[in-house]
Amino acid sequence: MTLPNQTPRSTCTLGYYPGCALHGTSKEYDISVRAVAAELGQELREIEDWNCCGASAGHSTNRKLAACLSLRNLALARQQNLKTVLTPCPLCSKQLLSAAAEVAANPQVRSEAEQTIEMSFGGGVRAINYIQYCTDSLDAISSRIGEGLRGLKAACYYGCLLTRPPKVVQFDDAEHPTSMENVVRALKGEPVEFSCKTDCCGGGFTQSHPEAVLRLSRKILENAKAAGAEVIAVACPMCQVNLDMRQAAIEKRYGISLGLPIVYLSQLAGLALGIDRKKLGLGLHFVSMPERGA
Amino acid sequence: MSRIGVFICHCGENIAATVDCPRVAREAASMPGVVHSVDYEYLCSDPGQSLIKDAIREHRLSGVVVASCSPRMHETTFRRAAAEAGLNPFRCEMANIREQCSWVHADREQATRKAVDLIRMMVHKVARNESLCPIKVPVNKTALVVGGGIAGIQAALDIANAGHRVILVEREPSIGGHMAQLSETFPTLDCSQCILTPRMVEAASHPNITLHVYSEIESLTGFIGNFEVKIRNKAKSVDLGLCTGCGACTLACPLAGRIGNEFDRGLGKRGAVYIPFPQAVPHKPVIDRAKCLRFQAAQKKGIPVQDCSVCGKCADACPIAPRKAIDFSQEDVIITEKVGAVVIATGYELYTGGRPRPGDRYAGCGEYGYDDYPDVINGMQFERLASASGPTQGRILRPSDGLEPQTVVFVKCVGSRDNAKGFTYCSKVCCMYTAKHAMLYRHKVHAGRAIVFYMDVRSPGKGFDEFVRRAIEDDDACYIRGRVSKITREGGKLLVQGADTLSGEQVEVMADMVVLATAMTARHDADELARKFRAAYDKDCWLTEAHPKLRPVESATAGVFLAGACQGPKDIPDSVAQASAAAGKVLVLFSSDELQREPLVARVNRTAPPQYSTCTGCFACKAACPAGAIEVEDITDKAGNTVKSVARVNEGVCQGCGTCVAACRSGSIELCGFTDEQVFAQIDAL
Repeated sequence: MTLPNQTPRSTCTLGYYPGCALHGTSKEYDISVRAVAAELGQELREIEDWNCCGASAGHSTNRKLAACLSLRNLALARQQNLKTVLTPCPLCSKQLLSAAAEVAANPQVRSEAEQTIEMSFGGGVRAINYIQYCTDSLDAISSRIGEGLRGLKAACYYGCLLTRPPKVVQFDDAEHPTSMENVVRALKGEPVEFSCKTDCCGGGFTQSHPEAVLRLSRKILENAKAAGAEVIAVACPMCQVNLDMRQAAIEKRYGISLGLPIVYLSQLAGLALGIDRKKLGLGLHFVSMPERGA
Repeated sequence: MSRIGVFICHCGENIAATVDCPRVAREAASMPGVVHSVDYEYLCSDPGQSLIKDAIREHRLSGVVVASCSPRMHETTFRRAAAEAGLNPFRCEMANIREQCSWVHADREQATRKAVDLIRMMVHKVARNESLCPIKVPVNKTALVVGGGIAGIQAALDIANAGHRVILVEREPSIGGHMAQLSETFPTLDCSQCILTPRMVEAASHPNITLHVYSEIESLTGFIGNFEVKIRNKAKSVDLGLCTGCGACTLACPLAGRIGNEFDRGLGKRGAVYIPFPQAVPHKPVIDRAKCLRFQAAQKKGIPVQDCSVCGKCADACPIAPRKAIDFSQEDVIITEKVGAVVIATGYELYTGGRPRPGDRYAGCGEYGYDDYPDVINGMQFERLASASGPTQGRILRPSDGLEPQTVVFVKCVGSRDNAKGFTYCSKVCCMYTAKHAMLYRHKVHAGRAIVFYMDVRSPGKGFDEFVRRAIEDDDACYIRGRVSKITREGGKLLVQGADTLSGEQVEVMADMVVLATAMTARHDADELARKFRAAYDKDCWLTEAHPKLRPVESATAGVFLAGACQGPKDIPDSVAQASAAAGKVLVLFSSDELQREPLVARVNRTAPPQYSTCTGCFACKAACPAGAIEVEDITDKAGNTVKSVARVNEGVCQGCGTCVAACRSGSIELCGFTDEQVFAQIDAL
């Protein structure tokens, strides 16, 4: 048997599309995704010259614009010979997958978009979300963890976008996903039974209608807490921001006490792999995650 | 010289609105060989047919073209009329100017011209028609009934009571099917087993019925009146002739009570040797070889099971002496039977309610937690809980902890009428059985709350709507119009989240147990079965009837009939009615000793010696024939020496599809009624 730290470093190169969130508000997601990949010996190569995916404002106002924006990212990935692109933000991955499906199904949209972006796209690029990435890397992860998360109780929260729209993302059971639980279990954490895993956190209303965010996020947080969760594991920057940043406001607004750290799956994977907390951006949250004693 | 009559039908406005029928008649009159041409309002009517018959006699017609609807609709009508007037019926042809012309075109001028073209083609064909004689084939008056549920039992009994032999084949160790699993039946609440078991016993002991349980159909060859079926009698590992059904072996099995019982849908337990349920017919055990310790050990060691020394407790316990009834060395036996008709009554499967298994054709409803929470069960499991012979002796106890549930939520349309996750169709019986479940639950747990989430309540049927109203009004079932979005577990209870679309509000119910009224689906291997019987099936793999209204119990293959839920979701009365209808069709077939078939079959030519036939004996036709109708004929000279082996078409088997005609390299095969000469004449006429 090979000892974990003697396993040869893999040479596999994976495309990486961080999108705007991972370069800004969710920097810690980016930091931890890169740290875990480095630990697993996977090279993440960021798509050179990537642009915005067109989520929220773009795709809801102009479909052509949305298709062009994402098609350009796909075409760049193809040019740079990146066949699989890790796209940790579910808004981005949904946009990439939608665009790929749309141009595959509709030659007219394809030729128009190709003219606009002045590039051609022959297909053959697959965008994967972070849970898929972990699932694909389960063997590598399992061989490297010792005590892992030591039974940390985590509520796996998917939010609304990771599994939807099911026909486009084709990932897990849209209404009752279980793949994140499988990853947490492999990390030697303990997923708790939790009723709100695909509920909406309030998403894009965080600025325009914060009251709705408070109401929706409260339900998720309270449910996870009642289920015995010590943390909520997420894989979406919007979910993380709403549940983490708004948590104090929720506690104040409803007179309750929560104190639930909202951590990215990549951060949990990093902790399980024994990566130093500081290298995982764990200090960047509003509700900080306490260090657990042995 | 041909003397052809052309008759153009108005079909009321169906044709006349788009096609100028009098003008078509005038133009047809000048076609070559046409001596008579008229148009008429309804040719299929009695006076219409008389018009044709009189014209045949008066004008001494040698051919008739009826320009009207599809031949599927009225070819038989007009050919019969022609025959009554003394014309060979195969000299009467139809030009379809309704489905293929007036119904699909809007422009009157163009449609009229097309009608003229269609008629001209048919006139050229009829000029080359030959007189053909129907083929007579003998009828074997034994019926095969596949499936021993209520539909199969009913069909078998009806045919057997009419005095004909029936071979009844059942896949499971006992007949009875799904009906044997039900507790009480709607809308009368009479005990399902009490009304079924007498029929099961009658079928098994009927002198005209040969019962094969634990058996499957290997293949079916032949044709109407003359099928040959191969049946695989699966090894039961029990000698049914010796076994008395005492059950000592089932108690001795070390796995007794440890394997989920299929009959109880996993809620009850059985051993590796088991009798499926107390009223099983035959009441004899079988050994489940995939579970039996001895068989598994033998397989692992790679030795014959009789040489294996593991366990064997069932044989030790068997009181039959000197030879034990347990027979480990038994093997599958293939038996061959000749039958004249087949009734397929293979029934349905129930969607479990959970995530799909590999190969399933649906996405499933994982969010209802069927796979994750023991207290989420499906309708059939509830039937077993409510059944006096079930795992709880008829008490409603939830599977997780055996406690009596105080709140039960019933969810209708799980998988049915759901394009995204299940099937497009309505499963038809769920509305009724859910009302029954709510009622039975309230009868057994007086203080309990029964909450039903529904999309619609569909209760057309005698006494059906009254039954649902009774559940709501007398038994206080709370009906909420809306779908359940998901079911999760919180603190030992089930949180059911749904919508009340009448009040427009979201609803949350903490339930102790949830019953999913899941979709009826076709058997997972229904497509394979359909291919064995050359029966057609639809996108959901339900077997297709020959005509949705007028031939509801016949399959696309002559002599193969359908009964019960293999054709689509059905309740018990509908299944029984269809089974009796199928039996009636079989009896019509068995009412004569010979059967007439249309002579539209392929024919390999014969020529004078020394050639005998242009057939070179390559038998490309044999490989191409889907019906297995091509035989080898050895042509002998006067001295009896074989001079040539050529193909010959078995007229009884040939379906007249013409595939062999296309496959024949030397052009030696022709299809009667559709010869090359006729077809090319039609094309040239355009």
